[in-house]
Amino acid sequence: MKRKQLKFVVGSSVIILTLAFLAFSGYQESKAYYLTVPELHAMKGASAEKQLKVAGDVVPGSIDRTESKVIKFVISQADEKTHKVETLHVKYVGNDAPPDTFIDRAQAVVTGKLGDDGVFVAHEMTAKCASKYEKEAAAGVKRPTE
Amino acid sequence: MAQIGQFALALAFVVTVYSIAASLIGIRVKHDKLIASGRNAAVGTFVCLTTAFLCLVYLFVVSDFSINYVAGHSNRDLPLYFKISAIWGGQEGSLLLWGWFLTGYAALVMIQNWRKHTAMMPYVTAVLMGSSLFFTSMHLFIANPFNQVVSIAPGGARVPFVPADGQGLNPLLQYILNAIHPPVMYLGLVGFAVPFAFAMAAMLSRQLGDTWIRTTRRWTMVAWFFLGTAILLGGKWAYVELGWGGFWGWDPVENASLMPWLIGTAFLHSVMVQEKKGMLKVWNMVLIILAYTMCLFGTFLTRSGVVSSVHAFAQSSIGGYFAAFIVISLSGALYLLLDRLPLLKSENQMESIVSRESSFMFNNLILLASCFAVFWGVMFPVFSEWIKGVKITVGPPFFNRVNVPIAIFLMFLTGVGPLLAWRKASTNSLKRNFLWPAAFALASGIVLFVRGIGRPILKAPEELGQALFQKLLGYSFTSSFYALLAIMMSTFVAVTIVREFYKGARARSHGTGENFIEAVANLTLQNTRRYGGYIVHFGFVLLFIGWAGQAFTTDVSTEAGIGDRISIRQYTLRVDKLGVEDTPNYQSMKATVSLFEDGVKVATMGPERRRYKAGEQQTTTEVSIWSTLKEDVYVVFSGATADGKRANIQVYYNPLVMWVWLGGIVLGLGTLIALLPNKKSGPRKRPQAADRTEEQKDVAEKVS
Repeated sequence: MKRKQLKFVVGSSVIILTLAFLAFSGYQESKAYYLTVPELHAMKGASAEKQLKVAGDVVPGSIDRTESKVIKFVISQADEKTHKVETLHVKYVGNDAPPDTFIDRAQAVVTGKLGDDGVFVAHEMTAKCASKYEKEAAAGVKRPTE
Repeated sequence: MAQIGQFALALAFVVTVYSIAASLIGIRVKHDKLIASGRNAAVGTFVCLTTAFLCLVYLFVVSDFSINYVAGHSNRDLPLYFKISAIWGGQEGSLLLWGWFLTGYAALVMIQNWRKHTAMMPYVTAVLMGSSLFFTSMHLFIANPFNQVVSIAPGGARVPFVPADGQGLNPLLQYILNAIHPPVMYLGLVGFAVPFAFAMAAMLSRQLGDTWIRTTRRWTMVAWFFLGTAILLGGKWAYVELGWGGFWGWDPVENASLMPWLIGTAFLHSVMVQEKKGMLKVWNMVLIILAYTMCLFGTFLTRSGVVSSVHAFAQSSIGGYFAAFIVISLSGALYLLLDRLPLLKSENQMESIVSRESSFMFNNLILLASCFAVFWGVMFPVFSEWIKGVKITVGPPFFNRVNVPIAIFLMFLTGVGPLLAWRKASTNSLKRNFLWPAAFALASGIVLFVRGIGRPILKAPEELGQALFQKLLGYSFTSSFYALLAIMMSTFVAVTIVREFYKGARARSHGTGENFIEAVANLTLQNTRRYGGYIVHFGFVLLFIGWAGQAFTTDVSTEAGIGDRISIRQYTLRVDKLGVEDTPNYQSMKATVSLFEDGVKVATMGPERRRYKAGEQQTTTEVSIWSTLKEDVYVVFSGATADGKRANIQVYYNPLVMWVWLGGIVLGLGTLIALLPNKKSGPRKRPQAADRTEEQKDVAEKVS
């Protein structure tokens, strides 16, 4: 009986260890630090080599599609403590077209690396519409002036 | 109407509380009438919530914008069917749908088991109504869909106010698949509440035989069926609507539905071991507790905005309540399990690693491992922020690394498991069952390899200097190699399944004189569980092949004017026209594109870009897809250039995608067959046991 159970233990351990190894290698390959614009500026310099995901709101009027296959825009976000608005210039060079929700004021999350010139080069991006009215609807209050 | 709805919600709340109290007190004082009253009250809650739901339907149909929820999620020009689907377009309505389905299921369970399982049923009522209490209180106090729009007058007083038009439904939801996707998803998620309730009731009443499993077998399958269907519908929706060329992106919302499905799949398999062998009793309890927890957790993830997601539509305050509810349910259930542990002793032990029960065990192990990996990946940003103070996210490579090998191994078990004997499979039976499937799998592998699939991609010279081990590692990680393995495994499983049907039907037609087709049909209908299961497995084979095709997708992205051509593999696309269309709901820019395969015109495609008029004037991409069994050509029109003369066009070449949807359909059919009761076998001549051939014995042994 003991030997039979040993087989199960060994079999299961092999499976679990293999999966753990695969999980770790997948983690190494795809991990990205998720930061807001002010957080990115706060960690200056140290971040050039790392894969980053940066979140911020698209500054109205900043989307520039004049170059083909490249979209330049600016995202901004206010610092939680000081309320100072910080901005980041982004150059999107990804293969896929930007999502439909990528418009002025959308909440964008860009994935890529910060260049030496301070421009963020992104190869991936997601965007959500500014959910201004969702929040107020949740509170059950809406102002007629809007 | 809104008042009636409000009242119905309040009544539902009171009746739910009564039902729980009556059931529990009834058991305590052994008062049958009180228990029956609790049960009737449970059915009553369904009546209340149905009323509330119908009121909400009415408010949406007549576009009553004095109601905040209606004003926020609908508008006048929305087509009627989207006005109705807009009910679950937001938080309040989605929750109401959840709660309504839960009481609906509860009512069905009560009616189905009206006079059965007298010791267990009062507890079932109490547990189901306990869950329901959470939802009814959410409807009433936290996310009430019947609240009115109010404006704030100078001085802070709240004045009722009726907006001229609603904010409109999110255009991404204005798509028929996504209109039915949420209800199907909820039917699945809520469905696991029933086996969960029976499991809890079994422990509470100390009736720990397999009654709870037998009673809820069909319920589990129904829930599993809806959940799987919803996942596929979601994938189909993402594919045709989101415009990024794929159907699965490991988004948190997708993962939220995958996790309960994985656990549910493990549960469906491991209960068989308990039924046949009296083993894994504790394990099954753990699985059903986890499955239901994952259902709640999935709802929590999509509804709370804890993790950011492309399609997390809601961001709200209900997260805390949900988390509390999950913690309470989970800890209550686990406490109960610990307390009843001595009563859940296994009647048998694992004897051999090559046996049916052992294959089920490994199936469970890796399904759970997969769920764990997905959970870890989804929650990583949250955990890393707690521990290290920085949010670290993981992307698709993480999920694929772990889950692709798991899926391939699972496919292997799918082929092997059902054919292994209980206790211990003999070497002889292994040879008999697996020689041919293995040969076919190998042959398919060789053919594909010769045609260039699964070959390592030649790397840059400096990388060739790596150690052999690393090279092998890098090689085995290529998606092409995995696709090769996946297709070999699929062949293996497909051959085992076809052979099972063939051998079974042949043995049967020898015995009964039926022709082959009749024999297949009757074989299936008289053993729905086994042969339905095979059909489900076959659906997976198809799905798996489609999924393997994803390793070979390619795409081009270009700017094209009228008359320009775009080439991808054997296809050429020519832009014929760029135009504008106008409807009351949206305005659309449309490209008309001719598709040529090897120079022959096969289709005219019309990808669009729409701007919806209501609310925030969101734009959506309407892709155009040319779909064949071999591949899809998927065309996205992502906008015209500033002068309007050229179009930005992406073309994706996606092999075998149709197999995924076909697999889904077969999977659903198989599940439905497995749900059927076994047809009684008519009087027929049975061959004497001694006369049976080896093959007939083999079939008889497996079917028993």
